[in-house]
Amino acid sequence: MATLLAPVLNIQKIREEFPILDQQVNGKTLIYFDNAATNQKPKRVIEALSTYYEKYNANIHRGIHTLAEKATRAYEDTRLAMQEFIHAQNPEEIIFTRGVTESINLVASSYGRAFLKEGDEIILSGLEHHSNIVPWQMIAEERKAIIKVITITPSGEIDLDHYRQLLSPRTKIVAVNHASNSLGTINPIKEMIGMAHEVGAIVLIDGAQASAHLAIDVIDLDCEFYCISSHKMYGPTGTGILYGKKELLEKMPPYMGGGEMIKDVSFAKTTYNELPYKFEAGTPNIADVVALKEAVGFINQLGKENIAAHEHELLSYATQKLASLSSVRLIGTASKKVSVQSFVIEGIHPFDIGQMLDARGIAVRTGHHCTQPLMESFGLDGTVRASFAVYNTEEEIDVLIDGLKRIIAFLNK
Amino acid sequence: MTINETQDQIISEFALLDGDMEMIVFYIMELGQKLPEMKVGDKSELNEVKGCQSKVWMTAHLDNDGIYFQADSNTAITKGLVSILVRIFNGQRPEDILNADLYFMKKIGMERFIGTQRSNGFGAMIKQIKLYALAFKTQLAAN
Repeated sequence: MATLLAPVLNIQKIREEFPILDQQVNGKTLIYFDNAATNQKPKRVIEALSTYYEKYNANIHRGIHTLAEKATRAYEDTRLAMQEFIHAQNPEEIIFTRGVTESINLVASSYGRAFLKEGDEIILSGLEHHSNIVPWQMIAEERKAIIKVITITPSGEIDLDHYRQLLSPRTKIVAVNHASNSLGTINPIKEMIGMAHEVGAIVLIDGAQASAHLAIDVIDLDCEFYCISSHKMYGPTGTGILYGKKELLEKMPPYMGGGEMIKDVSFAKTTYNELPYKFEAGTPNIADVVALKEAVGFINQLGKENIAAHEHELLSYATQKLASLSSVRLIGTASKKVSVQSFVIEGIHPFDIGQMLDARGIAVRTGHHCTQPLMESFGLDGTVRASFAVYNTEEEIDVLIDGLKRIIAFLNK
Repeated sequence: MTINETQDQIISEFALLDGDMEMIVFYIMELGQKLPEMKVGDKSELNEVKGCQSKVWMTAHLDNDGIYFQADSNTAITKGLVSILVRIFNGQRPEDILNADLYFMKKIGMERFIGTQRSNGFGAMIKQIKLYALAFKTQLAAN
């Protein structure tokens, strides 16, 4: 019998907002548990996309005609919405990018090239996604900087003592995620940011897995950079933001050259535009940025605390049910987690589990989740990962558990 | 049995599963479970089929002008898939393997249930089998 879920939210009504959920996959009702990879889009986001193309598609900022004005306003409205969403002080601190990966690359490339020197140190954690590893490796190689990695405890938490040991006056950048995509661990980033500041380092937070689940207040956190992907917070793919403290962004050189980012161009010298446009070269992804505002509206309408409460119930329920299966080993058992549960089943490869679940209409993710160093530290080449969003239900988890029981029975016979 | 006779047999077996994806996946794994054990030492990097997402190992030997394959995988479904190929090609002459038209894949709707990534891996297994056939054909011609 399912327990009572957060009564504030009417999950069935919320599900109606997501047309994609109402379909059969392989003859079974779709159960979508791959939300940490990307979550589904409510009607208001989908409609904002089509309305943009149907009613006011125009290139922004330089046009004087009505459509250009309307498109510009809609685009800038999303900037204000994102500013409010993360409690940033100024709208020009919100740079539109293609998502977290580009945001991190922007900082690594622009800030790194301008400020990193030989022997400087960059601290990452063992929980990072490849997107928060590779850009740093690239700039470290170029600037002859050194990467240090914080170890992870067996439950999947950052070892703060080790972090403390790694910090030194040589530390220039700390880059960690707010929540882990593979394990769901919520990291104590406020504490970590404070510790980094004590040695004079700046901090970049990969907020990919946090934006749909956790309250974000960049002023309170006091991080220098915070990165978000739209598609992991019910918004369209292909866009996201980089938040950066204004005084830092102003000192950073542009990342890409082109239109929009310039003030004056001559073949002798080009002067760059002001923030945020300095970092938004070329025609941006206008439609998706415009629709992102609706994703923010969707989250705000439900209330992040309510979403988190529902997801927390789902996570507890799933964790308890999974743990009751004798051959299942839970990977990632931190005390504070977003709604992600990784697991392995003794003697059965994650790919097989993923495909067998897909045959029953259940979408999970299998593999290393773009965190190969983390998987290695657990001695695994991959896990099965179920991740939950606001539209998921305990009944769906029951179907997952039933599917796993069948797989275990079949393969262990 | 000829290559095409085995293909036809496989097509009729899959037809019994009536397109039920879960039954198909379980059946493929069952086929894999019947594949003779491969020697542990043969599961080496040298014998790995490149281009598969899962690990797949394959060896082959020539016996009386026919090629015999041994294969294994670290995932149950891929092991089932490679077992289908072993079943089709075991004992066949190099020439026939090289000329084979694998129509069973389309007939059983393979791409629908193995997806793009596994399709590429399956293609790599077929390529490996044909490479063995070519090598043995050359060897036979030289003798």
